[in-house]
Amino acid sequence: MTHLYALTAHAAHALLARKEISARELLDAVYARIDAVDGAVHSYVLLMREAAYAAADAVDARLAAGEAIGPLDGIPLALKDILCTTGVRTTCCSRILENFIPPYDAAVVERLRAAGVIPVGKTNMDEFAMGSSTENSAFGPSHNPWDLARVPGGSSGGSASAMGADEALIAIGTDTGGSIRQPAAYCGVVGLKPTYGRVSRYGLIAFASSLDQIGPITKDVRDAALVMNAIAGPDPRDSTCLPEPAPDCTALLGRDITGMRVGVPRELFSQEGVTVAPGVEAAVRAAIALLERLGAVVEECSLPHARFSLPTYYIIAPAEASSNLARYDGVEFGYRAPGARDTVTMMTDTRDQGFGAEVKRRIMLGTYALSSGFYDAFYLKASQVRTLIRRDFEQAFETFDVLVSPTAPTVAFPLGAKVDDPIQMYLNDICTIPINMAGIPAISVPCGDDRGLPVGLHLMAAHWQEPKLLQVAHAYEQAAGWTRKAVEEAGRVTIAG
Amino acid sequence: MRLSRDEIAHVALLSRLKLTEEEMAQFTGQLNAILDHFAALTEADTGDIDATTHVVPMTNVMRADVQRPSFAPDDALANAPERAGDQFKVPRVVE
Repeated sequence: MTHLYALTAHAAHALLARKEISARELLDAVYARIDAVDGAVHSYVLLMREAAYAAADAVDARLAAGEAIGPLDGIPLALKDILCTTGVRTTCCSRILENFIPPYDAAVVERLRAAGVIPVGKTNMDEFAMGSSTENSAFGPSHNPWDLARVPGGSSGGSASAMGADEALIAIGTDTGGSIRQPAAYCGVVGLKPTYGRVSRYGLIAFASSLDQIGPITKDVRDAALVMNAIAGPDPRDSTCLPEPAPDCTALLGRDITGMRVGVPRELFSQEGVTVAPGVEAAVRAAIALLERLGAVVEECSLPHARFSLPTYYIIAPAEASSNLARYDGVEFGYRAPGARDTVTMMTDTRDQGFGAEVKRRIMLGTYALSSGFYDAFYLKASQVRTLIRRDFEQAFETFDVLVSPTAPTVAFPLGAKVDDPIQMYLNDICTIPINMAGIPAISVPCGDDRGLPVGLHLMAAHWQEPKLLQVAHAYEQAAGWTRKAVEEAGRVTIAG
Repeated sequence: MRLSRDEIAHVALLSRLKLTEEEMAQFTGQLNAILDHFAALTEADTGDIDATTHVVPMTNVMRADVQRPSFAPDDALANAPERAGDQFKVPRVVE
């Protein structure tokens, strides 16, 4: 039998519902796995054993009483440390929040708990979600489970490496420019960024508020749909959350994709300054050919303004960040530098000692872009270009049901390879950033490997079309058979445990 | 567009960031390289295109004006670096 920790949530649910395993046994297996491998992978920055066992026992009590359980009852979760948890340290992997203990749960955490999900710990990330490798974490990087000398991607790197190394059954990440999808691709798992406004951001520590969105990182597409069903939907505490109820994300899974129109935007395969690695392109082209064999109608298309996405993003996101991060001033919560005699020195010292280099770089960029005399040239211009990028997608979706590209131009890169070159690091997000600009949903699913390292297939759909997006991703996944099990059997996973 | 050292120092002040000599030198190079990358945007014809601030088709979200419970003072102050009674304590603001 497969180890319990390696199960998908839907497979574990079947065993729990038939009382073949208990929630406590499942949790035992996950913590034993964490104890065995997390010293090497470093997915977690904090574990929540006591509360997790109490929650597991509550699920077992309900099972013993003969109650029916929901699809996520008793399922162990890896939670990105950017979501507030009542009474449990929430750090954003920053020194400035190292001892912050929120007095409330984020909406997503509240909903997952209500669904019976058991958070086992908080996962590592780039500080304030700014980065593509977890190397910007104040608590040291996570490692790619496929090759420990490589990055797991970022910013939700700990959540993705936890999935890749089977250190939980499901995970939650956040995505501002690719932070769910790129690490999912690097770690050979599934990552979904929902439509902006689909999932409440209440209790999510803000990076760039017009782009941030919370979503699942899972071992397969069905689990992503199940997590979406638990977390999506209206919330009056987030005024950008769509008031209409969310659809059932599992509704279309298993349906035939014959006649589905699939667009292949050429700008997401080749752009000035970025080359998609030949091995990545080959895997993605093979995936597209498989979609065609499944009955999809594939055609090349164009997103003419996509090439402006990176500069647009690196104006808008830092501008919003510089404003959002103004709250870290040492007054009401978080770190305060000792010894200052006046408030300005206190704030400056606090921020100097509390923030890492990338966060400072982006605050500087954003402050400059918003400063008097430069606002029109940078922020306004970028916001207008954002409209052009969004319109490109809206136009494409008049013809196509989904668009497809690589998730990232390369496979996971070695730790340390890009830390001193911010632009090279930023270019890694070239395929994922346009999606956040447009606010549409997109998913990364494993589509094979480039010399033993996983490649992600990036599928995009129009606003609010998560069920259709998941339908196509699921059809591909089932036909391709790129499951973790197949990979383990090929002997590629390097972590014993 | 090139940012001088003085301009970087000014932006650092606006940002309430203190940069060491080393950081100042590093950021001057890196920020200028990033700004060069931004120059590509001048090629986009934006004319009278509306700006996108967010993509959800909603404006002016309202709720009923009803009284709701809020955090107790002790909860709100639990993370305060320094506290005096029911207040956040900071260094003297006015001399």
